[in-house]
Amino acid sequence: MGIVKTSSSRQLVVRGVTKDFEGERVLRGVDLTVERGSSVTLLGQSGCGKTTLLRAIAGLERPEAGTISLGGKILTNGETFVAPERRRIGMVFQDWALFPHLDVATNVAYGLPKGTENRGAIVEETLEMVGLSGFGRRMPSTLSGGEQQRVAIARAIAPRPDALLLDEPFSNLDAGLRAIVRSDTRALLRELEMTTLFVTHDQGEAFVLGDEVAVMRDGVIRQQAPPGVLYSSPIDPWVAAFVGEANLLLADADGQSAHTVLGSIPLADQAFGKHTVLLRPEQIYLAPGSEGRVKSVEFYGHDCSYRVDVDGTEIIVRSIAAPVFSPGDHVSLSYQGPEAVSYPTAEADSKAS
Amino acid sequence: MRSDTTEPARLRGRRPIWTGITLGVVAVIIAPIVLVGLGAFSPSLDVWSQLWSGPLPEMLSTTGVLLVLVGVGTLILGTGLAWLTTANEFPGRRIFTWALMLPLAMPAYILGFVFLAVLDFAGPVQTALRSWFGPEVWFPDVSSTVGVAIVMSLSLYPYVYILARAALREQTPATYESARMLGDNRMAALRRVVLPMARPSLAAGMVLVMMETLTDFATVQYFNVQTVSVGIYQVWRGMFDRETAVELAALVLFIALFIIGLERLLRGPARFHQRGAPRDIERVPLRGWKAAVAVSICGSVLSAAIIVPLVQLLYWLWTSPAVVTDMTRAFEFLSNSLGMAVAAAFGCVFFAMLAAGGARFSGSPLVRRAAHLVTVGYAVPGPVVAIGVLVMIGWVSGVAGSNPAGIVLLSLTGLVYAYIVRFMALGYGSVDASMEKITPSTVDAAHTLGAGPPRVMKQIYFPMAGAGAAAGAVLVAIDVLKELPIVLLIRPFGFTTASVWVWELASESRWAAAAVPALLIVLTAMIPIAIYLGRERRKPGSAVALGARVVTRVEAGVE
Repeated sequence: MGIVKTSSSRQLVVRGVTKDFEGERVLRGVDLTVERGSSVTLLGQSGCGKTTLLRAIAGLERPEAGTISLGGKILTNGETFVAPERRRIGMVFQDWALFPHLDVATNVAYGLPKGTENRGAIVEETLEMVGLSGFGRRMPSTLSGGEQQRVAIARAIAPRPDALLLDEPFSNLDAGLRAIVRSDTRALLRELEMTTLFVTHDQGEAFVLGDEVAVMRDGVIRQQAPPGVLYSSPIDPWVAAFVGEANLLLADADGQSAHTVLGSIPLADQAFGKHTVLLRPEQIYLAPGSEGRVKSVEFYGHDCSYRVDVDGTEIIVRSIAAPVFSPGDHVSLSYQGPEAVSYPTAEADSKAS
Repeated sequence: MRSDTTEPARLRGRRPIWTGITLGVVAVIIAPIVLVGLGAFSPSLDVWSQLWSGPLPEMLSTTGVLLVLVGVGTLILGTGLAWLTTANEFPGRRIFTWALMLPLAMPAYILGFVFLAVLDFAGPVQTALRSWFGPEVWFPDVSSTVGVAIVMSLSLYPYVYILARAALREQTPATYESARMLGDNRMAALRRVVLPMARPSLAAGMVLVMMETLTDFATVQYFNVQTVSVGIYQVWRGMFDRETAVELAALVLFIALFIIGLERLLRGPARFHQRGAPRDIERVPLRGWKAAVAVSICGSVLSAAIIVPLVQLLYWLWTSPAVVTDMTRAFEFLSNSLGMAVAAAFGCVFFAMLAAGGARFSGSPLVRRAAHLVTVGYAVPGPVVAIGVLVMIGWVSGVAGSNPAGIVLLSLTGLVYAYIVRFMALGYGSVDASMEKITPSTVDAAHTLGAGPPRVMKQIYFPMAGAGAAAGAVLVAIDVLKELPIVLLIRPFGFTTASVWVWELASESRWAAAAVPALLIVLTAMIPIAIYLGRERRKPGSAVALGARVVTRVEAGVE
C-alpha cells in the first residue's frame, strides 16, 4: 500500500526552558533531545510540567527562557518566537480535538498546505494508514473513541510534520482497545521514521512507546535513557521507584560490595559507607529457609508477588511461577541479579512504591 | 538577565499583533465615554456658575426624585411579582409568569404617550368622569414627575422581575427549607434568608433600571419634567452649546458611577453561589380571596403595562385611516431604522469577534480581562455615549471641513458608532460565551496544523461561534430599533427613524398617527422575548440565563 516515507523528520532539541504560571515556576530549565526519526516518551506524574513542556515545544505556550530548536532552526529563545502554525510540528491532543463541524476527510486535509496537489489521494492514503479507509464523509461525532483517536493521528501526520507530539493520546480509551491502538500507532510512526515525543504518566506505556524515556519531576528532566538503561540504572532512588517496583535497601558499602539484610550484594560502582542499594523484585529468589517470613502473596496469572519480612524490612519478590509459598511460611532469599546500583544514603529520602 | 524577559513576555502575550488589535478595539469602543469622563476633570467654572444659577438645581432634584421613585417602584413591582409567581400557586400563574416579562418590549416613550392620551384632561377616562360627575371632578395631574415615574416603573420593572425570579430559582430550595426546618414561618424565611440572598441580584436590577431612567429624555419631555438628560438634549439641539453639553454629560456619567458605587456598597463582598439544579421552592396554593387578590395584582400590572396600551394602539390604527397617507414616509423611516440596526449589529459582531478572538490569540490573561471593557457602554447612559461621539464628530469635521453631504455621512457613521459603543455588550457577550464553549485544544490543533489567526477566525471561530454571534446581532438590532435618545442627539437634519417618528408624532399629540410605528416597534421587540420564552419552555431555567446576561451588563460597567 505504498507508504510514503517521510524525509522531513528532524532532531528536536530543548535547552534550559523555563515557564511560569501565575508566579509559579512550572518548568525549571528543561533539557531534552529527540533524535531525528526516533521516539521519546516523557514520563511523569500529573502536574510535573510535562504537558506544559509539550505545549511550549508546539508553540502554544511562550517559555520565559531557554531555547527550543528543530533540525537546527531556532523556534524559541529569548528574542525569537515562531508561531505554532509556522513550526511544522504536529500534535495529537488528549481529547483529540477534532473539528466537530468538519467531516473526517476535511479534518485530515486541514493541515495540508494551500495548493497541495492530490489532496484527496493524500487524505485517502493517510486514512488507510490508520485503518479508516472509507470514513472520509463521516462526521466526528458519529465515530467511536478509538476511531476518533485514529482520525486525530491521521490529521496530525497528513502534512508530514518535522516532528510529532502526542499528549496522553490513549488515556481516553478503555484498557483493551488502548493496547491495540498503542502498538498500531507505534508501528506506524516507526515506519514513517517520525521524530516523536509522547507524554504519558503510565510507566508501562512509556516503556512500550519510547526508544528513550525521559523522566520528569518538578519541572526538570531527571533522566533520559533507553527503557532498559532507565530500569537497570536509574539515576536516583525516586526514579528507581517511579519506573518500576523497587527494593531500596540500606547498606554498608565497602568498595565493590555492600552489606544488606539479604547479605553481601556486588556493586556496579565502587562505594563506601552508608548507601542505598536498588534490587528489583524479579532479581530475588525464594527457597524454604529461615531468614524471612512471607507476609502476603498476590497472584497475577503470568507471575506472582510476595511481600517478605526480613528482620523488620519488607522485601518485594516477584516470581514467574505460580505461588509455592503461603503467608506465614519461612523462606530464605537470594539475590541473583547483576552488579547492583547504589546511592549515597542522603539521597534515599524516597520510599519504594 | 533572564528575569527581565519575563514581564514584557507576559504583557505581549504570544502574539503581540493581536494584543495590539484587541487593545485597539477596546480603545475605540471606550473612547467616547472616556472623553466625557475627561470633561469632568477640566470643569469650566463659567459654565457651571451659569448652570448652577439657572435650571440645574431643579433638574438635579427632579432627576434625583425620579431615580428614587422609579427605583423603588420597580423594586416593589419586580420583587413582589417574582415572589408571587415563584412561591405561590393560583389560577393563571403559569401564564402570568411569562406574560409579566412582555412589558420589556414596550419602550417608555411609547407607553408614555398612550398613558397621556388615555388619562389626560382630554382623554377618554377624564372625559367619562366629567360626564358622570360634572366638570369639577378631581383627577390627579398626570403630567408630573409621579406620572413619569409610574410609566417608567411599568416599562422597566421586568428587569428587576427577571433578576429576582432568577435569584429565587437559583437559590437551592434546601436553603429555604432549612430555614423552615429551623423554625421560620414563610414570611420570616422570606425576610431572613430568601431576600438577603437575592439582594445582589435585586440591587443589580435596580442599577439597570436607574441607568435606563437616566438615559431617557424623550418620555419625560411628554410630561414636561426637566431632568439633567433633558438638559443635555436642549443644550445641544437647542443652543448648540457643546461645552455645556459635555459638562452635563459628565455630570450624568458621574451620577451613573455614583449609583454603581452605591450598588457595590449595598452588595458588599456578597456573592452567593449555590450548588444544585435550580428549581422552584415549594409553592403554596392560594385559595378564595387570596387567589383573587393575586390574580388581580398580576392582571392589573399586565393590563396597565401592555394590554391596555396595545389595545389602544390597535384602536387608533382601526379608527384612523388617515395614517395610511403617511405610508410612503413610513417606509422611508422604517428602512432608516433597519439600516441603522443592521449596520450596528454587524459592527458589534465584527468588533466582538476581533476583541474576543484577538484576546484569545494574544494568550495573555491581562488582555483577556482588558477585552471585557468593550461592554462598558451598556452600563453608561445613552446621552453620555452620544455626547462623546458628537465631540469626536466635531473634531473630524473640524479637520475635514464641512461640506453638507460629508456632514450627513459623518453623522450617520457617528450614529452607528454610538450604537456599537452602547450595545457592544450584547454582541460581545454572545460571541465570547460561544467561543468559551469551543474546547481550547480545538483551536490549538488548528494552529499546530498550520492555521494562523485569520484562518482560525474564518474556519473555527466563525462557523462554531456563528450561531451565538447571530443571536447577539439580533439582540443588538432590536435594541437599536427601540433606541431613541442617541438617535435624537446625533441624527443629521432630516434623518428620521421609526422611533424618532413615534416621538415626533407623539410630541405633537398626533397619537393615532404614531400608532403604526409604535406597534411595529413593540412587535419587533417581542421577538427576542418570545425566543427566550420558547427556550424557557423547552429548558426551564433559561430565564436564569437571561437574568445572568442582564447582570453582566451591569457588572461590565462596574469593572
